[in-house]
Amino acid sequence: MENFIVIYQALPFLLQGIITTLGLVLSALFLGFIIGVPLSVGQVFGSSWTKKFIGIYIWFFRGLPILVLLFLFYYGLFNMIGLNLSAFVAAVLVLGLRSSAYQAQIFRGSIQSLGQGQLLAAQSLGMSTGKAIWNIILPQALRLSIPGWSNEYPAMLTESAVTYAIGVMEVLTRGNFIASRTYKPMPIYLTCAIIFLILSYSGMKILHILEEKVRIPGFEE
Amino acid sequence: MKGPEGMNQKKELILRIKDIHKSFGGKEVLKGISFDVYKGETKVIIGPSGMGKSTLLRCINQLTFPDQGTIWLRDQEVTHHNLREINLFRQKIGMVFQDFNLFDHLDAVRNVEIALIKVKGMKKEEAREKAMHELKKVGLGKQASLYPAQLSGGQKQRVSIARALAMDPEVMLFDEPTSALDPELIGEVLGVMQKLAREGMTMVVITHEMGFARSVADEIIFLEKGKLLESGPPEILFYQPKYERTRRFLFKLTELYGDLNGKK
Repeated sequence: MENFIVIYQALPFLLQGIITTLGLVLSALFLGFIIGVPLSVGQVFGSSWTKKFIGIYIWFFRGLPILVLLFLFYYGLFNMIGLNLSAFVAAVLVLGLRSSAYQAQIFRGSIQSLGQGQLLAAQSLGMSTGKAIWNIILPQALRLSIPGWSNEYPAMLTESAVTYAIGVMEVLTRGNFIASRTYKPMPIYLTCAIIFLILSYSGMKILHILEEKVRIPGFEE
Repeated sequence: MKGPEGMNQKKELILRIKDIHKSFGGKEVLKGISFDVYKGETKVIIGPSGMGKSTLLRCINQLTFPDQGTIWLRDQEVTHHNLREINLFRQKIGMVFQDFNLFDHLDAVRNVEIALIKVKGMKKEEAREKAMHELKKVGLGKQASLYPAQLSGGQKQRVSIARALAMDPEVMLFDEPTSALDPELIGEVLGVMQKLAREGMTMVVITHEMGFARSVADEIIFLEKGKLLESGPPEILFYQPKYERTRRFLFKLTELYGDLNGKK
């Protein structure tokens, strides 16, 4: 009974964390998307120098633990260049850049799976390579990417809790705050866990609906 | 179109291909090919697989850049230009691929209209009208809203012909347009091509369909080992080839694809 009272009292405070968590996750995924798409295009169609540069970028962001990246950017780099960013914004940037490296790989795979024929056909009609990529290649590649991309959301959601380390007021940070005051870790962390599971489930549901919506007629599952 | 030589008809030069060379990884696949294509003419290119036929066709619209040699479209040189100008030339040279290469995310009519809108800058309604017109011409007016995955192979290839025609090209290039089709679907595609030829479209066609070649080709070019071995009108090349090699190749084709006299 006591446990329920603790949860009941803590719930409004925890639920506020959802806004921060979702804000962080969605912003970072969006940032990762708008950087990841051009990275993938550069990886497939770029000059050898572009490809090399993007390769190093991807290697860097995929090769380091998130905590190292967070500390390196938040306490290190951003301070050094005099950027006074809030923990939230810093977290969005770091998680977003890191996600862009992963998303670029997903999109690259989809672009390459389309094969040369689509580009050749577009070019044979007089389309410039840029127009062909924008009008022909990306609309198809992004559709193909949705199933693979769907993993990015739960991955990002679970990883977002790490930003606790730099004090972003997301769900876990708040849970930890209450748990350390009430000495009731079990009900509090369990509540946090349930919140994450619900967020994960509903996000996947939405992505699945999106996948159905943009499916090209004639391609069955 | 098949007027005998010397009838003094005025020939209008559309394409001039001169001394085209191309190597891939040290292997020379085209060793100096030259020929001219006149307005309204249908040229059929035959020859063994892997001997550079497709490469030659792609050199014509610069999808592959030749190492050496020049291509003229009317009196303009196509080769050795920047990409912007090459894109302009490509608009005037329609191309149909062996495996269709339709844009899978667009329905038939949008496949045909997209280049009109994005390349020619045509207004949407105008492009739609033109696209529908081209689809009707290839007999697919009713299939306009179907997606490539919902069309048969023959229908896909006819959409891709309509897509190329919509640009109002000066010349159409066909790269083995029926090789990827089931036998019973070949006829509908050849029918469209025959109609085009009769209407005076200038065409360069790579094909093994000898019945088609015989009925519409003004000239047949036999390509072997990267060289133009011999060429001539079908009635000469089929029945009195200069080279034994040509005769043997044609014999093999008739064994595979039926009689030269086969009516299409």
